[in-house]
Amino acid sequence: MAKSNQENISFEKAFQRLEQIVDRLEKGEATLEESMQIFEEGMSLVNLCNDKLDSAQTKLQTLIKKEDGSLDLEDLE
Amino acid sequence: MSDLLPEDNSDHFQQPSEKRVYSVSEITREIKFVIEGDFSALWIEGEISNFKRHTSGHLYFSLKDADAQIAGVMWRGRNQNLLFQPHDGMKVMAFGNLTVYERQGKYQLDVIRLQPAGLGDLQLAFEALKKKLQNEGLFSPELKKPIPPFPQRIAIVTSASGAAFHDIVSVISRRFPPAQLILRPVKVQGEGAAEEIAGAIHELNSFGNIDVMIVGRGGGSLEDLWAFNEEPVARAVYASKIPVISAVGHEIDFSICDFTADVRAPTPSAAAELAVPNISDVIFTIGHYKERMIKNMQNRIHNNHDRLMMLLRSYGFRWPEDRIRENRLRLDDQARSIERSLEHRLEGYRTNIEGFTKNLKSLNPSAVLERGYSITTRVLDQKVVRKASQINKKDEIHIQFAEGSANSVVESVNPG
Repeated sequence: MAKSNQENISFEKAFQRLEQIVDRLEKGEATLEESMQIFEEGMSLVNLCNDKLDSAQTKLQTLIKKEDGSLDLEDLE
Repeated sequence: MSDLLPEDNSDHFQQPSEKRVYSVSEITREIKFVIEGDFSALWIEGEISNFKRHTSGHLYFSLKDADAQIAGVMWRGRNQNLLFQPHDGMKVMAFGNLTVYERQGKYQLDVIRLQPAGLGDLQLAFEALKKKLQNEGLFSPELKKPIPPFPQRIAIVTSASGAAFHDIVSVISRRFPPAQLILRPVKVQGEGAAEEIAGAIHELNSFGNIDVMIVGRGGGSLEDLWAFNEEPVARAVYASKIPVISAVGHEIDFSICDFTADVRAPTPSAAAELAVPNISDVIFTIGHYKERMIKNMQNRIHNNHDRLMMLLRSYGFRWPEDRIRENRLRLDDQARSIERSLEHRLEGYRTNIEGFTKNLKSLNPSAVLERGYSITTRVLDQKVVRKASQINKKDEIHIQFAEGSANSVVESVNPG
């Protein structure tokens, strides 16, 4: 996974990938070259995950039914 | 109250003028005072008759048994949450206050709660539905969907004004702020509540992009929670593609919704805790992963360095160098031994040469000749004559002396 692809990845995906990397590194099956690659990827995932957690604030919305019967979200408060 | 009783029991036939005279209103008010004051809220069991639902929404009926009857009324605001359809002949238990309706001079039961007699019917309905859905497989453990570990969008199906919504929001915004909460407000009790809840669950599924939903309400009486024991809710929860956490605020009893949901929480707050992880745990885990990765890479580099050093020190790497050193030593050794043997031989030669020289000196024929010997050779072939048999009569011979020589002819041979 290239670094540029990481921006839009969900927190869950990023976290799962991080777990995979730690596991792969610890199994010691990867070549030194691969290890260094995924190590770098893992470190940037750590930053990405922390950023996502830091910046977030709980958003409140209501699901409303509009007059035409379609559903939409409306911010609460 | 004592003035209700005649002051003098001994004489019932006194003239009205001598006794206190009540107006109808006065006595009715006194009666009302006694009845409403002496009886607190109570349960009455009886059979419904003359049941009438007024256009205003109030319910009027009588409760009766074999020998008596009592009027009852259940106001609109109180009968909204009725779980069954009362009808004539039905045995019920009514809870309420006895009141006096002055205008008609009637007393009646002002009903707060009404339920089929013995509560058995509700319980029976619950058990019957539970058994039916269980047989259909709606509660099967293998159908339970897992709750995603980090839900981004969490839907909440509950009353907008209830404590449940407030509790869920406060728990989730504290525990896992990145979550996005979507309320689908519904009526959680009373007529049509079950259908509304079921509809909300369907709507959320068709709206999509929701990771988990919490369906529930805060605590209340069995009747208050009844919507969550109804079939439409159970079916909607079962059909939901989105994992459902049931949060019907009743710690002890399970609702049908609880059995059908993917996860059951005892309260809305507990549901919120099940829905999201604790952010500080997540941050800790990420930090832990980071440390493990760094440690792993450090070990790896360290190990590779060690291995390299070990290789460099290993026999394989030392071998060529050793061979050269060894060969050089052997070469030196051999060179030295060659030198030594050469010297030895030269020495031998030198000694021999000295011996030879001595011998040569002693063998010098001229020295022999000096001592008086002579050398005879045949002139014919210049051969030295050692035996008489080598020559014949008349052969010419040459005789060499120490000084000078002579040629002669053999006169006779005497072969010894």
